[in-house]
Amino acid sequence: MKEKNSHTHHISQQFNTELDDIKTRMLEMGGLVEKQVADATNAFMSLDTGLAEEVKRGDKLVNALEVSIDEDCTIILARRQPAASDLRLVLSISKILSDLERMGDEASKVADSAIKLTELGGLPRSVLEIRHIGDHVAGMVRGSLDAFARFDIDLALEVAEEDKAVDLEYGTAMRSLVTYMIEDPRTISSVLQVMWALRSLERVGDHARNIAEHVIYLVKGANVRHVNIEEMAATVQDQQS
Amino acid sequence: MTTEKAAVKSHAINMESLGRTRVEQSIHDEDITLTVDNLDLYYGEKQALFDVNMVIPRKKVTAFIGPSGCGKSTLLRCFNRMNDLVDTCRVDGGISLDGSNIYDKRVDVATLRRRVGMVFQKPNPFPKSIYENVAYGLRIQGINKKRVLDEVVERSLRGAALWDEVKDRLHDNALGMSGGQQQRLVIARTIAVEPEVLLLDEPASALDPISTLKIEELIYELKDKYTIVIVTHNMQQAARVSDYTAFMYIGKLIEFDNTDILFTNPSNKQTEDYITGRYG
Repeated sequence: MKEKNSHTHHISQQFNTELDDIKTRMLEMGGLVEKQVADATNAFMSLDTGLAEEVKRGDKLVNALEVSIDEDCTIILARRQPAASDLRLVLSISKILSDLERMGDEASKVADSAIKLTELGGLPRSVLEIRHIGDHVAGMVRGSLDAFARFDIDLALEVAEEDKAVDLEYGTAMRSLVTYMIEDPRTISSVLQVMWALRSLERVGDHARNIAEHVIYLVKGANVRHVNIEEMAATVQDQQS
Repeated sequence: MTTEKAAVKSHAINMESLGRTRVEQSIHDEDITLTVDNLDLYYGEKQALFDVNMVIPRKKVTAFIGPSGCGKSTLLRCFNRMNDLVDTCRVDGGISLDGSNIYDKRVDVATLRRRVGMVFQKPNPFPKSIYENVAYGLRIQGINKKRVLDEVVERSLRGAALWDEVKDRLHDNALGMSGGQQQRLVIARTIAVEPEVLLLDEPASALDPISTLKIEELIYELKDKYTIVIVTHNMQQAARVSDYTAFMYIGKLIEFDNTDILFTNPSNKQTEDYITGRYG
């Protein structure tokens, strides 16, 4: 088992600081994205266009953070030529940044749909699916970031497993919304907004799973992208590799 | 699951005790040039190498890394018995080259050193002409035919990526060359006698970055023909030039693996601490 949080103890104190800095800033960005997802969900549920606009403005900050932290990663690669776990740390941070940024985009799309749905006059039916899946994926985002912060591969595996549940919920929600549209075709424009928003939230779950995969790579050095959950679990449990 | 894990674990311990790691088992016997078996080495009372077991794959570059005094140069010198020159040095265990023990009494050390050539940190050309430096190995074998020598000198200098720079001044004194050129000349002198193995002991540490890159490029070209073992303090250099890397620490071989794996995901914590610049 690799030591938790072992990216210190370099002979170069400056290097410790630099690695710590990109880690902290990435986690801060993660916290912001988590809030963006939660706010977008809330804005959609309560048709709060003010909050939706705020989410859209917040996405600019997310984008700026991605660029800035990624530049720091590039500089570390160029100046320090990190190896082994240090190399994996910088690479996984750089990849997690992309996933966080994409989550931010999806939150912004949910906010867009919230605004459009409000303009269409809302929906004469509750959209509990949004609340349900929105909360679910926000929890996954938090879990994936916690897994990163604590080098916790068991938690990372849990997040990846959650993604399957979200996909199922998404499928069920879609079927029920299609039925609703067939029953009352006048609601199609509004229901489509709900569908777009659900689609975005489901994508947030996919990105959280990606982050979980990066965490497993960071800790174990094993690549678990594009493998099924059983293989991923086997990798996590294999303490030898 | 538990039994499986236990099986994997005992497997790992077995391999460790046999000194054959997974990567070594992946190398076929015919692809092994040198085999080190339970090698202990003493300078007088002081033990410098402890039970080293490893293989050196054929026509690949194997790098030895580790802190000063870890025994990597000592081990390198065992491969052509340069340690014989140290009076107090004693070796237990064996090293075989293509299956035959090089520490056998019947082995002619001069022949061994022709088969296993060595290049040192500081370029050491003879105070002779460039031509005579390269021809030296053949001349001491009694080969003096000008046509043969001309051919070998040209081929060796080309092989060491030096021909174009020196072809118009072959009879100038070698000591007038730059450090990087001198080092490539020494490599040309070594390959002139067509060895099987090239031992490089910090071949680029006294050179500027451009000359260093030229030596590294040369190493890449030479591995088509020779088995190369390089000792280097420069970890990025080991990562750049080698196919396999061995990490040594206080006289012990700690980890030997594919260079790609060793530099991205080493299995041993001491290796990890060393290559990432941590204190242990």
